[in-house]
Amino acid sequence: MLKVHRDICGYCGCCVSVCKEGALELIDAYLEVGPGCTDCGVCAKACPVGALEVERE
Amino acid sequence: MKKHYNLLMIGGGPAGAIAARTAAKAGLSACIVEKRPAIGAPVRCAEGIGMESLAEFVKPDPCFISAEMQRAALVAPDGTTMILDSQSSGGKVGYVLDRKVFDRELVWQAAEAGSDVAVKTRASAPIIKDGKVRGATLEFCGTKTDVTADVVIAADGVESKFSKWCGIDTTVPLREIMSSAQYIVTDIDIDPHCTVFCLGNEVAPQGYLWVFPKGDRTANVGIGISGLKSGTGHRAKDYLDRYMASKFPNGKTIEWIVGGVSVCRPLACTVGDGLIIAGDAARVVDPLTGGGIYNAMYTGDLAAKVAIDAIEKGDTSKNALMPYDMQWRQSKMGKTIERNYHIKEYMINLTDAKMNAIIQTASSINLKEFSTLQLVKELIKRDPKLIFELAILKDLIT
Ligand SMILES: Cc1cc2nc3c(=O)[nH]c(=O)nc-3n(C[C@H](O)[C@H](O)[C@H](O)COP(=O)(O)OP(=O)(O)OC[C@H]3O[C@@H](n4cnc5c(N)ncnc54)[C@H](O)[C@@H]3O)c2cc1C
Ligand code: SF4
Ligand code: SF4
Repeated sequence: MLKVHRDICGYCGCCVSVCKEGALELIDAYLEVGPGCTDCGVCAKACPVGALEVERE
Repeated sequence: MKKHYNLLMIGGGPAGAIAARTAAKAGLSACIVEKRPAIGAPVRCAEGIGMESLAEFVKPDPCFISAEMQRAALVAPDGTTMILDSQSSGGKVGYVLDRKVFDRELVWQAAEAGSDVAVKTRASAPIIKDGKVRGATLEFCGTKTDVTADVVIAADGVESKFSKWCGIDTTVPLREIMSSAQYIVTDIDIDPHCTVFCLGNEVAPQGYLWVFPKGDRTANVGIGISGLKSGTGHRAKDYLDRYMASKFPNGKTIEWIVGGVSVCRPLACTVGDGLIIAGDAARVVDPLTGGGIYNAMYTGDLAAKVAIDAIEKGDTSKNALMPYDMQWRQSKMGKTIERNYHIKEYMINLTDAKMNAIIQTASSINLKEFSTLQLVKELIKRDPKLIFELAILKDLIT
């Protein structure tokens, strides 16, 4: 599952632009992860501050 | 807000604002919707723009200009510095803007020309009928409203969800997103009229680090690196913190900025039935410099002009809007994007040693014109061996 560390996220949209599933959306300052996420981790790599993490169960 | 507009702009950045201004000035009904509660904030930009580029769309005004630039410095991985000085235009080459004020000024001009503006209002879905975009569902403080339009201009920036919802793939390849971080740093020793660009695989892998002055002792200090090179312990912020610690250990950070800049090729097609995509959403950022303010204004203006024409003729189909796509590709901006894409692809594969060699050669050149094109031409003159490496570039610039 993709975890958003909200204390780190700067709500910039960089991650949104690289998600090919269109699973992310910025609602002003709140990054929402939609049901389409496949846990591919591309967004987590692109984040300039490391606010995203794919948690493996 | 009305139920119907001629033009509906999704996004209140430079692309949306200029589109609305152009449409409203021509007497059409227009509305800008911006999901953030304030236009222009938070800033996601280093705020640099060429003097002439700015003047093409707005009268330069001290209220939104933080500083005037007279030269640029290119710093090689080994520290060799090449200064690009301007001998034309009275020594001025560009500005570092204050985007919080600048973006607001553009929206203000659109509003003054007659456009409506709705802030804290998010387009959450397109209205599509018979395969044609007819408007958008707008959400404002828990209420949903459907607003129709003859043409919707998707000017929603790097995130670009609107076009995606309309079925156009706007995904930026990981390697072509500049994962970026920037601080506004004050109380530092800088040349207040010089923009600094630092290159190198240790400094900013497949990107660059910048110092853009905003005052005598204040600057935007930022970095963009390829998404491919980003990861735990080596993210844009990590590189920036390292640079700050070595260059400006006593600087005070008064603003913390993050962002993404696309340096991919523009979208294969930037129009749809009832839809035009402009600015960052169309991926028209200059792939070499990462500059997108001018390109956003240019495409925003052109989008409105083509839409006005189409509306007058009563046909807003994809075909009728195609002149937009064709015109920007054939424009100076379109050609610069294409050329700079190739230069960027060449640059990202350079070793530090090669970069040092090129900048050492280049630093002996006295450029009269402040342009990438001139620089590459001069480089080839000095180091003809480069021609083989720059083979594709040669065709583009001769
Ligand atoms: C770190 C960094 C440094 C940069 N430095 C420079 C530079 O020095 N010079 C330069 O020329 N360019 C620079 N750029 C690029 C420049 O900032 C952009 O190209 C420019 O802002 C693009 O304008 P735009 O109108 O297309 O998009 P934006 O300015 O991004 O505006 C898009 C707007 O749409 C809104 N929006 C998005 N989705 C919705 C929705 N669903 N509903 C309603 N509103 C929505 C957003 O909130 C946003 O306000 C930089 C970018 C970054 C990230
Ligand atoms: S890229 Fe990182 S900082 Fe930017 S919105 Fe995504 S999670 Fe937040
Ligand atoms: S993990 Fe992959 S699919 Fe999920 S939000 Fe990130 S980029 Fe999209």
